[in-house]
Parts: sequence; C-alpha cells; structure tokens
Amino acid sequence: MRELTYAQAIQEALAQAMDADPAVFLMGEDIGVYGGAFQVTGDLVHRYGEDRVMDAPISELGQAGVAVGAALAGCRPVLEFQFSDFATLAMEQIVNQAAKLRFMLGGKVNVPLVMRFPAGSGTGAAAQHSQSLEAWLAHVPGLKVVQPSTPADAKGMLLAAIDDPDPVMVFEHKLLYKMRGEVPEEPYRIPIGKAHVARGGRDVTVVATSIMVHKSLEAAQILAAEGIDAEVIDLRTLRPIDTATIIDSVKKTTRLACVYEGVKTLGIGAEISARIAESEAFDYLDAPILRLGGAESPIPYNPELEKAAVPQAPGIVEGLRNLVKGRL
Amino acid sequence: MNAVGRIKPNARPFYQKYSADGLKEALRKMYLIRRFEEGAEEAYMRGLIHGTMHLSIGQEGSAVGATMGLRTSDYITSTHRGHGHCIGKGADPKLMFAEFFGKEEGYCRGRGGSMHIADVATGNLGANGIVGGGLPIAVGAALAIRKQKRDDVAMCFFGDGASNEGAFHEALNMAAVWKLPVVFVCENNKYGMSVSTERSMAVANVADRAAAYGMPGVIADGNCIADVEEAVADAIARARRGEGPALVECKTYRTRGHSRSDRNRYRTKEEIEEWKARDPIPLFETELMAHGLATGAEVNAIRESAEAEIAAGIEFARLGTDPNPAEVTRDVYSDGAA
Repeated sequence: MRELTYAQAIQEALAQAMDADPAVFLMGEDIGVYGGAFQVTGDLVHRYGEDRVMDAPISELGQAGVAVGAALAGCRPVLEFQFSDFATLAMEQIVNQAAKLRFMLGGKVNVPLVMRFPAGSGTGAAAQHSQSLEAWLAHVPGLKVVQPSTPADAKGMLLAAIDDPDPVMVFEHKLLYKMRGEVPEEPYRIPIGKAHVARGGRDVTVVATSIMVHKSLEAAQILAAEGIDAEVIDLRTLRPIDTATIIDSVKKTTRLACVYEGVKTLGIGAEISARIAESEAFDYLDAPILRLGGAESPIPYNPELEKAAVPQAPGIVEGLRNLVKGRL
Repeated sequence: MNAVGRIKPNARPFYQKYSADGLKEALRKMYLIRRFEEGAEEAYMRGLIHGTMHLSIGQEGSAVGATMGLRTSDYITSTHRGHGHCIGKGADPKLMFAEFFGKEEGYCRGRGGSMHIADVATGNLGANGIVGGGLPIAVGAALAIRKQKRDDVAMCFFGDGASNEGAFHEALNMAAVWKLPVVFVCENNKYGMSVSTERSMAVANVADRAAAYGMPGVIADGNCIADVEEAVADAIARARRGEGPALVECKTYRTRGHSRSDRNRYRTKEEIEEWKARDPIPLFETELMAHGLATGAEVNAIRESAEAEIAAGIEFARLGTDPNPAEVTRDVYSDGAA
C-alpha cells in the first residue's frame, strides 16, 4: 500500500470531504497560500479556492463562533487552530456554545463542526505553544475528543469527525505530522469511541494516547527482550472512552499503566484508573495502577528539560518493568 | 387594507410602507411582549417558575421594530434579555411559557429555560446566557447564507455591555472583511447590569465603534418603533444587496431591574420615571391614531387579545408535561454517546 505522512493523510481527508460534500469548508489562520503553520492544508487553496479554504483574521474566539453559526445554518466547518494552546482564546464558544447548543435547545439542532488542534511538546516552542489540553475539552459533555496516532487513523478519524452530527475536537501531535505510514487511497471512516490494540501482550496493559502510543510500543519492544510481554492499547478517543476494551485487556494481563503527555494530575490517566477501579477488572489487578504523565510544570524551553517534562521510552520501560516485577 | 394612499404623503416612510393591518400587528406584538414579561414576573412571584429572568419591559419598540422587516428564512441571534426578539421573530408565547415552566412542550423541552429560548423553525438561533455569545454565531450564520447563495440576512441582537467584549470586536471585523449580510442591532439600555455606559465605554455611542470596522453605524430612538424600523430597514436592504454589515444602535431603557436580584441602587427613580414617560407602546398608539390607522377601540381590542393570549399561554404551560429525570442526559449527543 502507498505511504503518506500524517500531515498528508489529514490533507487527503480534507480534500475527500470537500469533494463529497459542498457544505464542508476549512477555516483557520494562514491555511491558504501559506499552507498552514504545519503545512497540513498545503496547496488545498489552489485546488478548492479561497471560499472553501478560508484564511481568517487572528480571532480564535470569533472563528470558533463563526464555525458554530455556520454549522447551525447548514454548513460543516472544519476549523484549524494554529496551535492547540490557542483553544484557551476560544473556550467560550467551544464550551458554552458548541458543546451545549444541542442539549440546551432540546435536541432540535445539531452543531456538526470539527476543530483541529496541533498539540504537544518536542518542538522547542516552549510553554505557550506545546501544551496537551485535550483533557480540558474531554471534560465537557457535548464534545467528542479524538487523538489519532497514525497516518491511517488521522485520515479515517478525521473523515468520521466531519461526518459526525456533533462537535468533534481532533488533537494532532505536531511531532507526528512527518511520520509515514500506509494509508488507503479511498475515503474510509474509523469510528469515534473505539480503542485499538496496537500490540497484543500478556503481562501488562498500557493505555496510551497520541505520540505516547509510539513511545510505549518502543518500550514494549525493549521489554520483550527481557521476557515482559506488554499489551499496548491506543485509546484514540478521549470522549466517549472505550472502557470495554481496557477492561477486557486488564482482566487478561492483571496490570494497568496509563501513558499520556498531558499533565499527570487530573489527566486522562486518572479517568482510566478510576474506571478500572470501578469495574469488575479491579478484582483481577495484581499490582497498583501506574500513571506516567506530563510533569507538574509548564513545558520548558531547554531541550533536555523539555524531554524531561513528558514521558520518554526509557522511563516507560523502567516503570513497566517495576510494575510487572512487583516493585511499585 | 393598505395604508398607502390613505396616509398623509408627508408621514414618515414607516407609516407609508406598511399596511394598517401590518402596523396593528406590530402593536399587538409589542403588547404580547409586554404582557409576556409581566406574566412571567407574576408567575415567578407566585412561585410557579424558578431560576432567574431578564425582563425587556420598555424595550418592545426595538424588538418589534428591528424584526418587522425580516423573513422567516432570515436568522436572529438574541441575548439573555431575549423574550421580545423571540416574539418579534414569530415565536408562539405559549411554547415560550412552557419552556419557562420547564415542560416538555417548551421550545427546548424544558432544558434551556429563559436564557436559551430558540425557535429554529422561525430562524431564531437562540437567546444566549453569555454576553456577546451570539455575535460571532450570527457572523457564521451569515457566512452560511452566502455559501448557500441566499439573499437572507442574520440579525444579531446585543446590548451595550456586549460591545465591551472581545467577541464584539472580532465579530464585527470578520463580518466586515468578508462583507457578510449581518445586521448588528445594539439595544443600548444604558446599563451593563449596574455599570453605566458612561463608566464602561470610552466613546459616547456604541454606533461610534462601527467606524473602526468600516461599516455604517446609525443611532435610532429605540423607544420609537418607526425610527428603529427605518434604520434597520436600510441595514437589511444593504445586507441583502451584498454590500455587507451595518450596525444600528437603539437607545432604549429597561424599566425593570437587570434580573430578579436587582435592587436598583445604581440609578434614580427620576431617571426611571423619565423613561416610563417615553414608553414605546403609548408612543406608537398615539401615532397610529394620529395617522388615522387605528381607533381607540381597535387599540383596546388589540391589548385585550394579547392579554387573553398570554393568559391562555400560562395556563397551557402550567398543565404541561414534566421531563423524566431518568432522561437527564438526553440530547447531549445525537447518537446518545456519553
């Protein structure tokens, strides 16, 4: 199968969505002739014109509100935030309007919009351009929140998000944009709310999100040489969470670790741990639950500090080894 | 009967443009709003409804004057003080009362309440509990109108307080750079809750702010329905012609407090009385009768019919169906996912 980068896979999904439905349009900052800050929209403006690939003023709150209004009036807007950190400027429209309108109006409207958020650290962009805020939005009923980790998922989940009648927040890790992988050419959908077992294993369940899926797979490879067989689940969707897949896995492996880049406290790992603690899988646990998340700090500038602020493969190896060998 | 030909040629355009029946219908809507607000207040006092509410008594001239020239397919976005806009755009007061009473029959099936009444079927995209929340939403609706090649408009109601929000400035700028069919209607009732415009705005008029976005900014007497309608009609026509957005500032006043908690410590009785003397409803009645478009008996009949409709609406709401508490998460998502 032909390979695409994660960014190219997103661009292909955007093009195929616009081909299929004239109601779909793109909006964002510098997504036109500039091609987007991370070259995701690339040359789409030349293929689809400025009416469908709209450069907007630097007005994140305004853009989010325009997306809500256009969605209410029959369009399917796909809004690109230049950095996920800028969601902070648009929270009013995302949290009070997009998420709640269907509920507040008694189910009489839909808000079919998509917001794309380039997220995460590792680019030297420091504390205001490197955050992982997906758990903020996953806390809001009415929103769906996805975090694809591969080029194939990036395409299939974005097409599912654009089809969805409700607002979907798509968190894309900036370090994944250049990752290559096999991507089918035709349009296809990967369902929202379904986790993916990225690696089967017997000894420990690792629930990871976004780039941490790859770091966890790397750790699992190293541990395999030591005879430790880790199962890695790519969560893919933060809301709604696929609890059943995690429960089934934990009942098999009897150990659970959560690996995510967002700040550890009150992050997605806390929710997954709680769901396991509340489920029948709790009785199967042979060890305490391990959370490996982002440091309790903003993302620092210095490259070594920046690496230290989020989980890395060696730390994941050590954590899982201790978990399996009963040293926690 | 059409008023044209009956009315003096020197009467202002508002009285020439609409038929006598059309003008009497506008008066009836003003009465419906007034009685709706009074009925809601009374129901609250009697403990029939809970929560809070923001009454627009005194602002009926701008609500009806601004919406008279709209079609069903035009959109409005409204505010926390939005009951008048709803009725102006064609909502049924009995379904609004049902919403106030938290009943399944209400516009939002009892989930929204006073601050979230919407009626998508009549183009009302919703009141809003967030000051300035509807401004960018109206711009988005106008963008959809243009993409769908319609000649409709999106009318955005907001207050003087909202013009101090960032959303106002972002929305006006985007509407202007994209030349979208938005009619921004500011109801300046002099106070953002308790803080006067003098204390919160660096310019004298909200309309002055339109210049920063290269769009016309017009001031209307918000208590004179004719003045509002004429100013808004120009803005609507301009928007329909594809010439972009405009802002109309209606200078008006709410004679009740901001909400149920207001103790009126920030304004004088004299100021309230001065504005009550310029009540938009008697002002309109006087003009209708002076132009020979309605008799005193007709005006009385209109008022009584509005009163009867409101009383029936409250009774309808009182007898409505309570939502099932087991359905608290219904309609969070279209597919029921949580």
